[in-house]
Amino acid sequence: MDTLFQQIINGLSLGSIYALLALGYTMVYGIIKLINFAHGDIYMLGAFWGYYVINTWHFNFISALLSAMVVGAASGVIIEYFAYRPLRHSPRITALITAIGVSFFLENGMSYLFSSNTRDFPQIIKQVNYHIGGVLISNIQVLILVTACALMVLLQLIIKKTKMGRAMRAVSVDADAAELVGININWTISFTFALGSALAGAAGVLIGLYYNSIDPLMGMTPGIKAFVAAVLGGIGSVPGASVGGFLIGILETFVQSIGLSAYKDAVVYFVLIVILLILPAGIFGKNVKEKV
Amino acid sequence: MIVLLQVDNLVVNYGVINAVKGVSFKINQGEIVSLIGANGAGKTTILKTISGLLKPQSGKIIYQNKEIQSQKAPKVVAEGISQVPEGRHVFSGLSVMENLQMGSFLERDRNQIKQRFAEVFDRFPILKQRKHQDAATLSGGEQQMLAMGRALMANPKLILLDEPSMGLAPIFINEIFDIIKEINQQGTTVLLIEQNAKKALSIADRGYVLATGSVQMSGTGEELLANREVQKAYLGG
Ligand SMILES: Nc1ncnc2c1ncn2[C@@H]1O[C@H](COP(=O)(O)OP(=O)(O)OP(=O)(O)O)[C@@H](O)[C@H]1O
Ligand SMILES: [Mg+2]
Repeated sequence: MDTLFQQIINGLSLGSIYALLALGYTMVYGIIKLINFAHGDIYMLGAFWGYYVINTWHFNFISALLSAMVVGAASGVIIEYFAYRPLRHSPRITALITAIGVSFFLENGMSYLFSSNTRDFPQIIKQVNYHIGGVLISNIQVLILVTACALMVLLQLIIKKTKMGRAMRAVSVDADAAELVGININWTISFTFALGSALAGAAGVLIGLYYNSIDPLMGMTPGIKAFVAAVLGGIGSVPGASVGGFLIGILETFVQSIGLSAYKDAVVYFVLIVILLILPAGIFGKNVKEKV
Repeated sequence: MIVLLQVDNLVVNYGVINAVKGVSFKINQGEIVSLIGANGAGKTTILKTISGLLKPQSGKIIYQNKEIQSQKAPKVVAEGISQVPEGRHVFSGLSVMENLQMGSFLERDRNQIKQRFAEVFDRFPILKQRKHQDAATLSGGEQQMLAMGRALMANPKLILLDEPSMGLAPIFINEIFDIIKEINQQGTTVLLIEQNAKKALSIADRGYVLATGSVQMSGTGEELLANREVQKAYLGG
């Protein structure tokens, strides 16, 4: 029983990071129907930014997190502007391949500029472990969970309650009608990229704290897992992305805990195949009917 | 009479398809002007071009003495032209209330917005009853009212209606046409596109008959209703 709880705690911590990443995939997909394969690399940029400002400018956790969100948002907006916007009216496959290209560009660019070595993420917060019953939980885990959940609540408020949030939803469902009420589509898409990428930047700093090590290729695997999480939740659905992220995190820790560490990634991809076969719209996905 | 909108020799293409071939017409302030024509005549294309969703190949659109043919849609709305698109295009997943809020997206003055809500709910009481309902779950007639309400939330000087009676039961059609007349009487100029030529011409001050991308005929609503060719082609004999 205790190990079960233990795995759930570990799974939730990891899952909250996948959830933050999955939200970016799902929002961008919702608004321009693009799977932004460079999204995981924004998370890498966030982690490197955190590494840099903590080491050289001695930022504390909050300022490292917030500034990484700003850097993430800016990167997302710049990538959209230069790489995706010119392809807005091209076939979808063109944009998809471009996204893969952007991902390679960021990974190799960072390796070239800062070397591809793995480095230790500075531990600004001293780890303290609490024993609750038989379950071990660290202050870092609590911090990750609390931060991720707070950001998700904030995102939900922005989407549901603000004018820009309504504009995002309007553009997602009907871009022409949105333009007809005066919404600037380009600006709304930039805003969406900024929000999603800010969450990825935050996730980068959180994973640095959790796993202690970062490298230029660190975004690849979590990026794909978060994408699977978004598909599991129903791509385009914001609550779906959060739930999908947590589920993938828990699944991964369970697979690890039963001694199948070597297969933990394979299991996630297996889940993707299964969802695509039996539940292609995902848990919260709408069965999209063409309007007549 | 003050000319509110003048369309001059408008040519619009989709790639190699020439959908609108040199159309000219005008709308005076305070009028209801109707464009009628068969499927594919180019009516929707003309509306989308006025609204700024499409760029014309050539020709001019002059609104309040200003050329607007190269302006984008949000700018055109800001100038006071709102479109109710063919097929309604309400925002599904957003509530009725939120759909209406989107209509006044460009308005900053909260009191203005409040007042427009009151006006729209007054005109469409059903929308008030359904204000928390997802727009996608409204009936076709209710969606049409929502689309019109959304356009009115921008407080337009000119409202462009693209086949508001499409797919509606006769009783709803009458209601919609009554509402169009009321909106017009309260000072909004109307450009009405319809398949239902009889109804449209009977409330229109003037009309234009469009066929394969060109204006074939024009006149007052009564003249066109009485015209033999119009009767044969659009009024079933
Ligand atoms: N996106 C498009 N791409 C290519 N051709 C188009 C496009 N939209 C419309 N057309 C063509 O342009 C012509 C005019 O179409 P339009 O939609 O303006 O007609 P309409 O008068 O509104 O017809 P309806 O009464 O059926 O709505 C048609 O021949 C149509 O096939
Ligand atoms: Mg049409």
